Amino acid sequence: MQDITQHLINGLSLGSIYALIALGYTMVYGVLQLINFAHSDIYMMGAFASYYVSRWFHLEDNPGIASLSLALIASMTACALLGVAIERLAYRPLRGAPKLNILITAIGVSLFLEFSGQLIFGADPKVFPSLIEDVPLIDTEFVVLKSLEVTVFVITLLALGILHYLVYKTKFGKSMRAISHNMTTASILGINVNKVIVITFMVGSALAGVGSVLVGLKYPKIEPLMGVMIGLKAFVAAVLGGIGNMTGAVIGALLMGLSEEFVVAYLSSTLRDALAFGLLIGILIWKPSGLFGKNSIEKV
Amino acid sequence: MKNFKLPLLTYIVLLVLGLILQFSFNAYIQILILQILMYSIASMSLNLVNGFTGQFSLGHAGFMAVGAYTSAFLSQTFPAFLETTHLFGFFIFSLIAGLIASFFGYLVGLPSLRLKGDYLAIVTLGFGEILRVFLLNIEPLGAARGISGIIPYPELGFLDRFWVSFAYVSFWFLVCLVFLWRITRGRYGRQFMSVREDEVAALSLGLSTTQIKVSSFVIASFFAGVAGSLYAHLISIITPTVFGFMMSVNIVVMVVLGGMGSFSGSIIAAAFMTVMPEVLRSLQSVTGIDLRMILFSLSLILIMIFKPHGLLGEHELPYFLKKMRRKKV
Repeated sequence: MQDITQHLINGLSLGSIYALIALGYTMVYGVLQLINFAHSDIYMMGAFASYYVSRWFHLEDNPGIASLSLALIASMTACALLGVAIERLAYRPLRGAPKLNILITAIGVSLFLEFSGQLIFGADPKVFPSLIEDVPLIDTEFVVLKSLEVTVFVITLLALGILHYLVYKTKFGKSMRAISHNMTTASILGINVNKVIVITFMVGSALAGVGSVLVGLKYPKIEPLMGVMIGLKAFVAAVLGGIGNMTGAVIGALLMGLSEEFVVAYLSSTLRDALAFGLLIGILIWKPSGLFGKNSIEKV
Repeated sequence: MKNFKLPLLTYIVLLVLGLILQFSFNAYIQILILQILMYSIASMSLNLVNGFTGQFSLGHAGFMAVGAYTSAFLSQTFPAFLETTHLFGFFIFSLIAGLIASFFGYLVGLPSLRLKGDYLAIVTLGFGEILRVFLLNIEPLGAARGISGIIPYPELGFLDRFWVSFAYVSFWFLVCLVFLWRITRGRYGRQFMSVREDEVAALSLGLSTTQIKVSSFVIASFFAGVAGSLYAHLISIITPTVFGFMMSVNIVVMVVLGGMGSFSGSIIAAAFMTVMPEVLRSLQSVTGIDLRMILFSLSLILIMIFKPHGLLGEHELPYFLKKMRRKKV
């Protein structure tokens, strides 16, 4: 019994990290119809930013909420700036170009960040400092709940709450949703499309920054290529839920985290990476636009 | 027979060129040339799917992996067959590799009935990843070690290994080029383009777009399988990681860089993408740090921004030659 609840908790915390990254994919896709391949590397850069900041301030010496929030702020700022820079320099000149070109540019940006990362940080993995003490909060025979897992949940929920407020309660959110509905009409109605896109990139990248710190806490090994696999999986999660749909992304990510945890626990850990894509293909064949995606009918 | 006069002549010219290359270049450049031809086959075939049919496949390396593993496995299991039949045996193996790859292409092409654009790209990407994970776990195929010591192409009398490989690879290169060229310029090929231009219009004209999409996948993956089989025997070691996401991206980049819908563009881009990292490798001795991949990715971004339709657009090389001649007059 303890096994199952434990896997459930692990799966959910993994899934909530996927959700933070998947949201960045799905938001950018919502406004630009672009798979932002560089998102996974923005996430990687965020991990390194918080790593260097915590080294600089010796944060691992006094773990706690203050240190954690400092690392979070550092990583979110770095990611947001990087996201804006990428949008300005690489994606904006291509607005209106064929989709494939933008996609290849995204792949190019992703490779650029990965290899620059290898050059600047070195290819060897680094140990992420433990910014929070990992002590069991609840320890019964049914379940062991550690402070790390609780932190992951709390921070994820907080981030999702803020995002929900931003998207559904503010003017920015309204214009973002308008743009994802129809960009031309939105611009006719006086929405500054470029500005909203920049803010979308900023918010999405900042979420990836939050995710990177949480991953650093949970699996304390960071390297320049750390984003590739987790980015692909988060993206798969976003597609699973219907890309462009934020609730879908969160649910897809939780589903993904849970199924991954259970497959590793009860079947085989080597199948872990194949599962993500197997799940994806299965769901897409059954529901071609994802679980919550709108099935658009082509009009002539 | 008339239609095959030009390809035959070209082949003879290529064979003579092979002799010249054999005596004038060292092994390093020779293997680069062979790789260019091999990647040309892969990128031309992907151009049929991405450029002509307008579908987006990100898993071409997966089909190459199928071909490479088939050919390598066959040659490890039946080495005696290769010794008695020489090149003909390799030809049979390449053919089988291509056929099995095209069967996989059929399987992957099927979901394309329902999926569009980005979704299809992700499914093909997923296919490549799943294949890689399975290859990593299948012990008879070497698991993570892959297959090494694959039998290379033989020497024939006074003709050395490079010439034989060159003759064999350029044979497949020409088969691929002529087949794709002729298919896309006939009635059958216009179907591919009609799907790219407007699927609804094509449907309303009574074309089975499903069948067209699947057949473009099958043809492309056949040649990808052949290219994979060539890779296996040329490099003589294959591992699952070689045919990963990076390789697929590389081939897509060749297609887009050369121009979607231009086979000669694909060939030029394949040459560029194969030679460029090697040229930059020599730069490394000057700067001291490995800037190779950074420059590569940077140039990718810049090309996409400043030359969005690729080098040749959707035209073939003869079009530009004609244009140049016209200008002179």
